[in-house]
Amino acid sequence: MTNSTTTPLLQVRNLHKYFPIRKGFFRKTVGNVRAVDDVSFFVNEGETLGLVGESGCGKTTTARCILRAMAPTSGEILFRTKEGQTVDLAKLNRGGLRPLRPQMQMIFQDPYGSLNPRMTLFDIVGEPLLVNGMKNRKERTERVAEILRLVGLRPEYMQRYPHAFSGGQRQRIGIARALALNPRLVVADEPVSALDVSVQAQILNLMLDLQKRLNLTYLFVAHNLSVVKHICDRVAVMYVGKLVEMATTEELYRTPKHPYTAALLAAVPVPDPRVKTGNVELKGEVPSPANPPSGCYFHPRCEHVMDACRVQAPAFREITPGHFVSCLRADELQLPGIA
Amino acid sequence: MSKTQDVELRTRTKAFALRIILLYVSLPKTTEAQMLGKQVLRAGTSVGAHYREAQRAKSEADFISKIEGALQELDETDMVNTPLLSVRDLKTYFFLDEGIVKAVDGVTFDVYPGQIFGIVGESGCGKSVTVKAVLRIVEPPGKIVNGEILLNCKTGNEECQFVDLVKLDVNGKEMRSIRGAEIALIPQEPMAAFSPVHTVGDQIIEAVMLHQPVNKREARKIALQMFKDVGIPMPEQRLDEYSWQLSGGLRQRAIIAMALSCNPRLLIADEPTTAVDVTTQAQVLRLLRRLQEERGAAIIFITHDLSVIAQMASYVMVMYLGLVMEEGPVDDIFHSPHHPYTQALLRSIPSVHSTPRINLPTISGSIPHPFNKPSGCPFHPRCAKSMPGKCDTRTPALQPVGEKQLVSCFLYHDDEVAA
Amino acid sequence: MTENSSTQALAQELEKAATTKAEERVSVASNWQLVWWRFKKNRLAVLSAVILIFFYIIVLVPDFFSTQDPEATEARLAFIPAQSLHLLDESGIHPWVPAVVGKRNPVTLRMEWQIDPTRKVYVRLLAPGFQYSILGLFRTDIHLLGLEDPKSEDRIYLLGTDRMGRDQWSRMMFGTRTSMTVGLVAVALSVILGVLLGGISGYFGGWVDLVIQRLIELLQSLPTIPIWLAMTAALPQDWRPDQVFFAITIILAFIGWTTLGREVRGRFLSLREEDFVLAADLAGCSRFRIITRHMVPAFMSHIIATSTLAIPVMIISETSLSYLGLGIRPPAISWGVLLQEAQNIQTIAQAPWLLVPGLFVILAVLAFNLVGDGLRDAADPYGH
Repeated sequence: MTNSTTTPLLQVRNLHKYFPIRKGFFRKTVGNVRAVDDVSFFVNEGETLGLVGESGCGKTTTARCILRAMAPTSGEILFRTKEGQTVDLAKLNRGGLRPLRPQMQMIFQDPYGSLNPRMTLFDIVGEPLLVNGMKNRKERTERVAEILRLVGLRPEYMQRYPHAFSGGQRQRIGIARALALNPRLVVADEPVSALDVSVQAQILNLMLDLQKRLNLTYLFVAHNLSVVKHICDRVAVMYVGKLVEMATTEELYRTPKHPYTAALLAAVPVPDPRVKTGNVELKGEVPSPANPPSGCYFHPRCEHVMDACRVQAPAFREITPGHFVSCLRADELQLPGIA
Repeated sequence: MSKTQDVELRTRTKAFALRIILLYVSLPKTTEAQMLGKQVLRAGTSVGAHYREAQRAKSEADFISKIEGALQELDETDMVNTPLLSVRDLKTYFFLDEGIVKAVDGVTFDVYPGQIFGIVGESGCGKSVTVKAVLRIVEPPGKIVNGEILLNCKTGNEECQFVDLVKLDVNGKEMRSIRGAEIALIPQEPMAAFSPVHTVGDQIIEAVMLHQPVNKREARKIALQMFKDVGIPMPEQRLDEYSWQLSGGLRQRAIIAMALSCNPRLLIADEPTTAVDVTTQAQVLRLLRRLQEERGAAIIFITHDLSVIAQMASYVMVMYLGLVMEEGPVDDIFHSPHHPYTQALLRSIPSVHSTPRINLPTISGSIPHPFNKPSGCPFHPRCAKSMPGKCDTRTPALQPVGEKQLVSCFLYHDDEVAA
Repeated sequence: MTENSSTQALAQELEKAATTKAEERVSVASNWQLVWWRFKKNRLAVLSAVILIFFYIIVLVPDFFSTQDPEATEARLAFIPAQSLHLLDESGIHPWVPAVVGKRNPVTLRMEWQIDPTRKVYVRLLAPGFQYSILGLFRTDIHLLGLEDPKSEDRIYLLGTDRMGRDQWSRMMFGTRTSMTVGLVAVALSVILGVLLGGISGYFGGWVDLVIQRLIELLQSLPTIPIWLAMTAALPQDWRPDQVFFAITIILAFIGWTTLGREVRGRFLSLREEDFVLAADLAGCSRFRIITRHMVPAFMSHIIATSTLAIPVMIISETSLSYLGLGIRPPAISWGVLLQEAQNIQTIAQAPWLLVPGLFVILAVLAFNLVGDGLRDAADPYGH
């Protein structure tokens, strides 16, 4: 994989995550749900990579594998630590991961389910500090106050419980918790999808602010392409467990090279009644990851399908510098994008 | 058939047809006008068709009845200017132990036949409760405490003009015959709307048989046709499947099929695309637009997504904390919004065309808890242009501004809501 | 105010959103406080809780509430009817009970007793009586109710006497202690077993889960009454009553934990997938901390509510066993033992007051059920 001059902060190589389907009395494995099916990408330090796709494409599973919330079936997850070493997270066990946990954290989608309702703010934001060695309560109180101020919450609220806060404020608490240990990589799993429109902007602004201030690297998982365009430097598109395209945001939106990306872009509604979108209809249904089609997974729904697509699975290759596609016809197709 | 009668009728219908064509030509070319125009033209062409058919009549009685049919249709076009649904000062309150939540606090609007009427707002604005009140399915402890919901009676019904749904018994025969047959609901969660223990076909057949005098076989044919209309592949097989066997997109189509199975005049779509992917959303929106054009039903489309409203609606109403902030034709709302809330909301949403990676202008503060509704104008604590002494004590009423817009803001007028 | 980013300005905004005192209280209220506030609103549950507290006071010092030594038998004092307690007499508040007068029946040669309403036996509160020790710590002889004249020949029989001349009221007090304690201890044991095994099963999954689940199914498929019979019959006959009591409790617990275990397992399985549990895992929390700090508190209120509803089941189990003569046996006293005396029709016809222990059972069971329901309704204030 080609990359920029310095080693990327995160490199994912040939990541697979299969969930076995067991049937029968003896629980025999009869097949696999190929949630993540040979995914490779990289994220440079300080940038935001958007991981987009529709439900069932495997983006959340990928994000969770990277943080080792679950063990991948195979593949490498190369993370450059604070000390400059590159470790393969996929090979570490629970004990080996523990010292690295502070460097990579997660922001969750649901502001109601991601906070323990029985813990105060101090407990929630202070827990990562406590389990990582900051046993002195006074020290923790100071640090928690500092982080709360950073995300725009008043430190006096430390003794309150999550039920006293609105959705947007809870999301801020979740962000505070993620930042408590000064992580370098933050995986944001649909952080604004569950929020009201007027609050989404506040949280997006906060995330941009924090990235500048703390030199954070974001892996931004989302399905809302308008939000992704706003916040991401580069974007990777997934479909049924595979990566179909990856490029800088501007290039991907302006000149997509994969028919699925073009279809997604055409479907995004625009808040202007004079611009009618959704004119290109993507027919068919998303295939099940337990039983994907042969060859290129997208071929049953593709307008530009040819015979080879039905048998040959395209490789994920770089066609112009920084722009990766997995499509047999990528070189010849001229697909419409968004200006 | 006397010659004079014939000539008289001929002249009348011809004059009528001319009138219609002139009317269409003179209408402005906004989306709503185009919609009206199409309906009028349809009536115009059918007048001609009726007349031609009438000439082939076998007897005088036959001829007269055909012409009467044509005239009736013309009468119907007059109803283009009469609203299908009129909601006047609707107030729906929830009486909880902890206090009263004024979910809908004085909402007035009209929905015209064939129109796509969009209601947009964030959580707590009362949009869902409003349409639930229209269908009279507000759950206790919620109650309609004030207002009228006037539904235009079906054509041919000489006795009544409007029926006030608020005055009907919630579980009475009349309300039940309206629910489903005249006003249908496409709910937010397609999974929750279907019973998991009955096939989708059975559920649609049940709905059809409830409202139409057909037997089971005929109902099944209707259901099959509906499935074909909404574009479900292999409809014959799908009818006998359960809701959990269908994918998200198909389930959504099945729900739409069920809602349309009795040919309602008004379709209420409550956040129909919130829970689906963007490509499925595009499919569903196209489907709704197509069906609406084909059948001429009016749609009340509820969403919090401004982009979707821009694509679907011809007329938009913006709600906040139970009150209407602004309403008007969709182009006016998006290109010349008057209310500070609408302006701020439009500025704060990221779109694929906006500048990336800048800080978006936000609306300060957050939506207050329904128990802590601000006094006066509900938006004033978050409004940059709030005028102390005025906006925090008096609630502005909905008044016209510009050609076709209505706004409730003291920046444009001084009328307030009676306490 | 529309503005660009700036978290400082936002902090100011939040300051402006003035919070009232009541709101402040709610926002710092922990889960238990919220549960308590909701529970308080349920009048019936609160009343039942008061009744239960009263019962448990009796459990602590049954001697205080007794009027006579519960063990004292005197055959000639058999089947004395219950006296009613009157508070007033001609001179004002001066509690008294009517005297009992006995006559020997010439045919059966047994003493028959009747209430003599003419003669008053005065009683007073906090009177001296037989000696006892409170919780084994210090001795005293003060009782709630006693004779004004300690030297009088008369006695107080608030609930009459049984076949062997033992004062039923005093026996009731002691029976309360036994029956209410068995329920509590048995449920506590069940909870510990259920949470432990159910938790392990749910958290670790895999073959551990499989084994424990099959064990639960095995235990649940055993028919309960024959098991009880078998186990109590297996107890050595020469054991002291309190040893028997202990054994009964343990037996009840070993069978009762299965339902709770299943519920706990289910809750663990769903909690494992919750985002906040994952967040704790990603922060580096140990498995132990996740279980104790995040998962267990999440269903603690549910467990307490369920346990409170399980206690009456235990009480009835014990009462039934003892009634059948298979559980706690005389001379130990429990409600079931007391009801055993009322087994034959003759007794009931002659001395209906012997059925009063049944009333106590009903009262206790009802009270527990109402409190348990109240707790269960109050236990989920977040509703998500």
